[in-house]
Amino acid sequence: MDLPLIFMMLMGVSVLAYVVLDGYDLGVGMLMPAASAAEQSVMVSSIGPFWDANETWLVLGVGILLVAFPLAHGVVLGALYLPVVAMLVGLMFRGVAFELRMKALGWHRELWNWLFWAGSFLASFAQGFMLGRYITGFERGFGFLLFSAIVGASVCGGYVLLGATWLVVKTEGELQRKALGWSRWGLLWVALGVGLVSLATPMVSETVRAKWFDFPRTLALMVLPAACLWAGFIVWRSTGRIARHQGSPDWQPFAAAVAIFAISFLGLAYSLYPYVVIDRLTIWEAAAHPSSLKVVLVGAAIVLPFIVAYTAISYRVFRGKAKGGLYD
Amino acid sequence: MDDPLLLARAQFGLNIAFHILFPSLTIALAWILLGFRVAYHRTGEAGWLKTYKLWTKIFALTFAMGVVTGIVMSFQFGTNWPGFMNRVGAIAGPLLGYEVLTAFFLEATFLGVMLFGMNRVPPWAHIGATALVAAGTSLSAFWILALNSWMQTPAGHVLDAGQWIAGDWIAVIFNPSFPYRFTHMMIASGLTASFVVAGLSAWRLLKAPADAMARRTLRVGVLVAAVLAPVQAVVGDFHGLNTLEHQPAKIAAMEAIWHTEKGVPLVLFAVPNAKTRTNDYAIEIPYGASLILKHDANAELQGLDAFGADHPPVAPVFFAFRIMVGIGVLMIAVSWFTAWVTRRDAQAPRWLLWTLAGFTFSGWVATVSGWIVTEIGRQPWLVHGLLRTSEAVGDISGAELGVSLTGYALTYAALFAAYMVVLTHMAGEGAEAAAAKALPGASPAGAAAD
Repeated sequence: MDLPLIFMMLMGVSVLAYVVLDGYDLGVGMLMPAASAAEQSVMVSSIGPFWDANETWLVLGVGILLVAFPLAHGVVLGALYLPVVAMLVGLMFRGVAFELRMKALGWHRELWNWLFWAGSFLASFAQGFMLGRYITGFERGFGFLLFSAIVGASVCGGYVLLGATWLVVKTEGELQRKALGWSRWGLLWVALGVGLVSLATPMVSETVRAKWFDFPRTLALMVLPAACLWAGFIVWRSTGRIARHQGSPDWQPFAAAVAIFAISFLGLAYSLYPYVVIDRLTIWEAAAHPSSLKVVLVGAAIVLPFIVAYTAISYRVFRGKAKGGLYD
Repeated sequence: MDDPLLLARAQFGLNIAFHILFPSLTIALAWILLGFRVAYHRTGEAGWLKTYKLWTKIFALTFAMGVVTGIVMSFQFGTNWPGFMNRVGAIAGPLLGYEVLTAFFLEATFLGVMLFGMNRVPPWAHIGATALVAAGTSLSAFWILALNSWMQTPAGHVLDAGQWIAGDWIAVIFNPSFPYRFTHMMIASGLTASFVVAGLSAWRLLKAPADAMARRTLRVGVLVAAVLAPVQAVVGDFHGLNTLEHQPAKIAAMEAIWHTEKGVPLVLFAVPNAKTRTNDYAIEIPYGASLILKHDANAELQGLDAFGADHPPVAPVFFAFRIMVGIGVLMIAVSWFTAWVTRRDAQAPRWLLWTLAGFTFSGWVATVSGWIVTEIGRQPWLVHGLLRTSEAVGDISGAELGVSLTGYALTYAALFAAYMVVLTHMAGEGAEAAAAKALPGASPAGAAAD
């Protein structure tokens, strides 16, 4: 049994789960300034029961990195030290603002609203920035920093897309109509970001270039961008159809947005494999002692199905359209 | 202040000290909430429902503070102490992993149902969700204390190619100090939560003396504390004896015993002087330390001189220990006295309410002091006898550590201020209305029902 490979996949699944799940609630946070006070209350209610559990996937992802690839944990988080701090400060303000904004009054509420938005934005941008640094192997220099900043902005766009399509699922009436518009803006932003990043990545990394331009495999790989384009098209079409009441189900834009993320993630995984730190550490070089991997795998195999099951229960309990005032 | 080891320790210390405030409240508060929830289910009284809702809000806020500061820690293990993971990661990793898998998801997911699901699920499911949140917080404490205790009193490990790995997981988890430390911490959480409940209820009663529910919750808090505080003293004594057996240098620092000798006095107060290796301004009880630690007035105790340079700094451990014990003694006095005064539902006098309000966060001070004793008392070891703290520190530059330390400190100060303002605001919320309403008929039941 190839334990490091299994843990790499497990970590990939956790990170993808985190990005999609916390992505939508970070996205909702970034969209707050575009809504009225009453709409903000509904928006917050739509993510209220879930955000705690969503963030736990980040702890699991980082936990697996720490437990299964301790060498990489040190290298990656050491190189990303300051963006990690920025992300954590963003997440902290945001998480606490979430609880405080409804309990505060007057200018205090305004302040927490602002911190909720700013924290969501800072955390999202920092995550994208870290991804950019990670892909480029933490190279220093202006070009690499610019690349990372573009990835940061793209991830913000992606989260806005997830957040907006989530609101399409969870809201109705005027707010849903607004969310449909935000979804399209988010989609354009994502298209621009994914396009730029796809063009730039082979230029900044020789390893990725070699993996992508390796005929005839390149032709088979074209499935990924094609699927991504198709998912984007579905977002565009279904948001239009929902706006015109032409019978597209309200979950379709969100599902397609999740597909965009999953496909991009697969592409990224393909580009980086078998490295956990590009050009420096493979997953086997960075892996922890097999004894600890085995113990954690047994636990994960037993517990993960339960986690998935009760997460599903929680989403079932809170199904349907969100109403405001959950926190009052 | 550009020594990376010192900065890494300062940063990590700030982080865990800030983090532990919130779990130490939520672990036990979750069980108290379950009690409120069941009380409402049994009696159907609106007052219990209102109480439950108020305290779930406080719980949710505290839990969120714990989550966000806890995420920071999962990053800092690797960034500040890479040597820790390289050398003992095969033991620490799985324990942390099991905490995330078995506890974090459980509590975070069912917290949603507990907070927002009351009208969406049947009562048994809502009570079940509340119970699962409580179980999750306690389970989380179980894994973390197993790891921390293993770092204090390692057991069940074997060396394999330069790494310590687990030879026997049962021995690793149930290492010699684990039962004592776990019990001590769970009771500490019980005391922290019960004094917060009693203190905030007292705060409310000062504003709305007729609030019958606040009077009830004050009594819940005081009674829980009155039971737990003396038990904690006994558990603490056993914990100390266990420490004497496994980490005698820590005990020597706690009691400021510089030289190995017989018939050691108990130092009540002193200013330990690390230069002369003696105590200045000491007030002592002759034979006291020998009597308490060995139950024999003439017994010999190892002094710090027995450990060469391998002992912790004395002053912080010595003072933190005295603060913890001092608060513990005051907790026994305050809880017993209040329990006696408020028997048969009597109203506590205002000066006593002020005292209880002043003791609201006494559990925090005692808990953090206790952790300072046990963590600084472990130095210079990170894992006692296996790994030194200086061997585990990473190569993050002093500048990066300085910038991030400043960032964290400012963030924590802002969050803490906001947390305290909102907590006291929630505790007093509606108190004026309740007081005004209660005036005409002055009926406690009327105040409870609104």
